[in-house]
Amino acid sequence: MTTPTNYSYTKTHEWIQFLDEETATSGITDFAQKALSDIVFINMPSEGDEVTCGESFADIESVKAVADINSPVSGTILETNETVEEDPSVINEDPYGSWIVKIGHIRAKDDLMNAEEYDRFCEEEEQ
Amino acid sequence: MDLQTPLYDCYEKHGGKIVPFAGFLLPIQFKDGIIKEHLTVRERCGLFDVSHMSEMFVEGADALKNLQYILPNDFSTMVDGQVKYSTMLNENGGAIDDLVVYRFSDTKYMIVGNGSNRQKDHDWIKAHITGDCRFTNRSDEYAQLAVQGPACETVLYALMREKRLPAKYYSFIETEVAGFPCIVSQTGYTGELGYELYAAPDNAAALWEALVGAGAAPCGLGARDTLRLEASMCLYGHELNDDITPLEANLHFSVKLDKEDFIGKAALIRRQDSPMTLAGFKITGKGIVREHCEMFLDNRKIGVSTSGTHAPYFGYPVAMGYIEKEVYEVGRKVLFRVRGREVEGEIVKTPFYKRKR
Repeated sequence: MTTPTNYSYTKTHEWIQFLDEETATSGITDFAQKALSDIVFINMPSEGDEVTCGESFADIESVKAVADINSPVSGTILETNETVEEDPSVINEDPYGSWIVKIGHIRAKDDLMNAEEYDRFCEEEEQ
Repeated sequence: MDLQTPLYDCYEKHGGKIVPFAGFLLPIQFKDGIIKEHLTVRERCGLFDVSHMSEMFVEGADALKNLQYILPNDFSTMVDGQVKYSTMLNENGGAIDDLVVYRFSDTKYMIVGNGSNRQKDHDWIKAHITGDCRFTNRSDEYAQLAVQGPACETVLYALMREKRLPAKYYSFIETEVAGFPCIVSQTGYTGELGYELYAAPDNAAALWEALVGAGAAPCGLGARDTLRLEASMCLYGHELNDDITPLEANLHFSVKLDKEDFIGKAALIRRQDSPMTLAGFKITGKGIVREHCEMFLDNRKIGVSTSGTHAPYFGYPVAMGYIEKEVYEVGRKVLFRVRGREVEGEIVKTPFYKRKR
């Protein structure tokens, strides 16, 4: 699967797409969905929750494991994706098309990678 | 250093994702993933490498006498070609392992134990063997393949010249599959009709490929776990361990307190009124309850979960766990603490899944 070049990435395998300076959608990468496989549940944050760079804002559960989803930025949850909440398996099918949360009032960013840097990072992780 | 089973080279070819388990490198899943593999076993036929299980032999004139003393089930009523489940207990009545015993003759029995307990089982049995009895661990002489699901007979018959399979649950025959000599038993760990094949390690890869060719889909440890959980079968290290008695684990059928002395008998009698019992839960709240989640009723801790995940056949999560007997009641709602949150579960009858016959 091609890593979208208009997104940014974290070392904990989340992606973020900036819609403007202060607003973005975020989800998990293809690498993350493959590692989890068969995603069955996401414990979503609530609208209005404050999220912090590098800290968990949701649990994602697959048949075999549970993982944290960390926020790539600091800001406020504007919206959670109801389609994904109802059927989280869509993330397995289309990780980059399945945003999990929309974050606004972004004030700080994690050390983010571009697609090329992230692909290289994943190659190293696999070894 | 993790061991490899004779089937290790087959995994990659079928997209196996390999993890260390019970001292072996085994596939957690193949290319289609756990849910699809699980449903394949419920609807058609799946194939599992379970070569990490151990095969130990008890032979000689005193073989039966030894089994009767070392294990809590009664083997005196067994006939040739029969298989029997048992736990193996320490002096405190706790489970060293759970296992199955195959009777070849009144002087030859095979014990099949969990891979993770290989050494522990071996040491314990060896230390307790007495009289005219030879105990040998021959795990390295056998690969074990499990063929499970409603289409398993069709798959096996396609590879058998003599189309004969053990007719009864928990019985076995010695035959040939794909031209290879095998011990074939009607046993399994999925809740479906299924057979387990014991073959020479050198033949294992060819046997595996023949079974895949005949329509059995490779399945990994992930599906094995979700299938056994739906069928409410105990997994050693979860529902059973050195401190838990088989009575607490609802395995009364495999304990014969009225037979003569056996290891752990006195302790079992003493612990018959244990306050805890194993129970099944349907998760009615939002979330997945896995192992080690504390369980509460009216803010009082009443138990702990031992296994749990999404049950693919039902489409909702289930869990097993130990709960105080006095609050056990089908239909009762309890709360599990999961990663700092509370998730509701309801006590339900087990097994969660029972196949239609």
